[in-house]
Amino acid sequence: MRPRLDRPGLLFAIVGLAGLALPLVQFKPNRIVPGEGLTLPAALPWGWPLLLTLAAVLVAGCLRWPSVLRLGAAAAGLLTVLLALGAAATHLTPPDDTLARVAPAAGFWLMALAFALMLADALARMNPALWLRWLILAGAVASMGVLLASGALDGVSVMREYAARQDIFLREARAHLTLAFGSLTLALLVGLPLGVALYQARRLRGPVLSVLNILQTIPSLALFGVMIPIFGWIAANVPGAAQAGVAGIGLFPALVALFLYSLLPVVSNTLTGLTGVNPATREAAIGLGLTQPQLLVQVLIPLALPVLLAAVRIVLVQNIGLAVIAGLIGGGGFGTFVFQGLNQTAMDLVLLGALPTIALALIAGIALDLLVRSSRRTA
Amino acid sequence: MIGRVLLALAAAVLVAFLASPDSFAAVFEPFTRNNAPPIYRQTPLWSLTLSHLTLVALAVVASTVVALVLAVLVTRPAGREFLPLARTITSVGQTFPPVAVLALAVPIMGFGAGPTLVALFLYGLLPVFENTLAGLTTQPPNVTEAARGMGLTPRQRLWQVELPLALPVILGGMRLTAVISLGTATIGSTVAARTLGEVIIAGLLSANTAFVLQGGLVVGIIAVLIHEGFQALERRARARIGQA
Repeated sequence: MRPRLDRPGLLFAIVGLAGLALPLVQFKPNRIVPGEGLTLPAALPWGWPLLLTLAAVLVAGCLRWPSVLRLGAAAAGLLTVLLALGAAATHLTPPDDTLARVAPAAGFWLMALAFALMLADALARMNPALWLRWLILAGAVASMGVLLASGALDGVSVMREYAARQDIFLREARAHLTLAFGSLTLALLVGLPLGVALYQARRLRGPVLSVLNILQTIPSLALFGVMIPIFGWIAANVPGAAQAGVAGIGLFPALVALFLYSLLPVVSNTLTGLTGVNPATREAAIGLGLTQPQLLVQVLIPLALPVLLAAVRIVLVQNIGLAVIAGLIGGGGFGTFVFQGLNQTAMDLVLLGALPTIALALIAGIALDLLVRSSRRTA
Repeated sequence: MIGRVLLALAAAVLVAFLASPDSFAAVFEPFTRNNAPPIYRQTPLWSLTLSHLTLVALAVVASTVVALVLAVLVTRPAGREFLPLARTITSVGQTFPPVAVLALAVPIMGFGAGPTLVALFLYGLLPVFENTLAGLTTQPPNVTEAARGMGLTPRQRLWQVELPLALPVILGGMRLTAVISLGTATIGSTVAARTLGEVIIAGLLSANTAFVLQGGLVVGIIAVLIHEGFQALERRARARIGQA
């Protein structure tokens, strides 16, 4: 049988080969000046054999193979590209030089993209069972953790920025998580009862939902900015407010802004979930003699759970991303690095803020997608 | 009806404010401290609004065109192989925070309107693509059968049946894209794009709430108007294909 061409594989090969041709890393004498691009063979002593191996894998990917094999090849490719980046950084940085920076360049990003796409494509075609998806997610997170902890990437510019400010990084990471999860918790505490109330009071639905809708369209930067004077005023003029932690600067205004953004998805999904319950089920439950609260807790909410979890996914992913803007108003979080980096034109610092945010959003998004799926199965 | 009157009123206030910001000085006066100027004057507000809207319009048009073409391609028999991949990319891609995309575009594009445009374009692709895909893959089978039975060629089916049926959903995707772009463009001013974010950031830096409010209000009102405008178009498109 003649081997058949796999067109997505062809696309990945084009992207990946372009990546091999472009500079893998950028060597900069210090963190701000523009650097010199080095391709894989120029950056590593064993660059040529590695380049040929990667090219061979990419070209072989143009043919049809079982999805498991593709998955393995893609994961191995991704790991190799990451290790090559780390090795190039260690190799290129002169010993005792604390100023020189080796940053990932276009070639690295394209190759990483090619293998990540290959991985995603193989997974989508395999359509693995739910438990296997959880296992793959956990495996991916764990191997990234091991890779970071092993020190193999320590020479890379982003990791050197991290090493220079470990304590601050941990503090901002905590702030970021507090912002994202704190606002989610607040939104659930307020939004769920509000959704239930709207379910019962049909006439209020239109007005409340349109107010929340308008809130959602206000640009995040403006909403964050407006919170500062409002809470500054409250802290200064309402007795006891300042003691209760209300303040015009810092975490608090950002938390409230994120909370306001989260209300619409929570309230509207609660409503959708509750109204979506089969009327026959409702009637049957009432016929069995369930009281209103029992009906809600024992029948309606469990049945609406997938839609509620979908709201949690929307809110969490959205807030992890929006929390970056808190960095602009002194609210902390990974945004601090992003905007500091933009101000100093230090792109490694921008990456130090942007990459963890993206990773966090990705993990949260995928994990909650899996939760939604499993809850659908039980509901 | 009340909604429409309010919208018209908001639009009128917006136009009046942009035409002559200084006549609103008294409104913003209470939000300033230490005799700070109540109205942003470094750059005329109307010109910032114009460049903000140009940026958003360019991004929305570009991402709509590209997303439509891609969505049509992956739903044709020749492109089916890409469908699972396309779905994964859209769901994963949308978890990427817009601000992070913007920040990552800077090393490649430098400062200015360029990275903002690229970030808006890339981020805008996904909602339109996802909605078009949904619109094209969930068509009532009896309609597509009827179109086939009438002897329409694949090209005619696409233009006369499939796209018109998917139009309301496509417009919904464009609405999402436009509203997200409008908000993200304000952050573009941190990478030196000329947008209304400039006013807000100037307000944040000089602790002048009046600036924050006027920048935010202009973008907010425009966002609501665009949102409502697209919803009206969606309703019309739905009525045309007989879904009230």
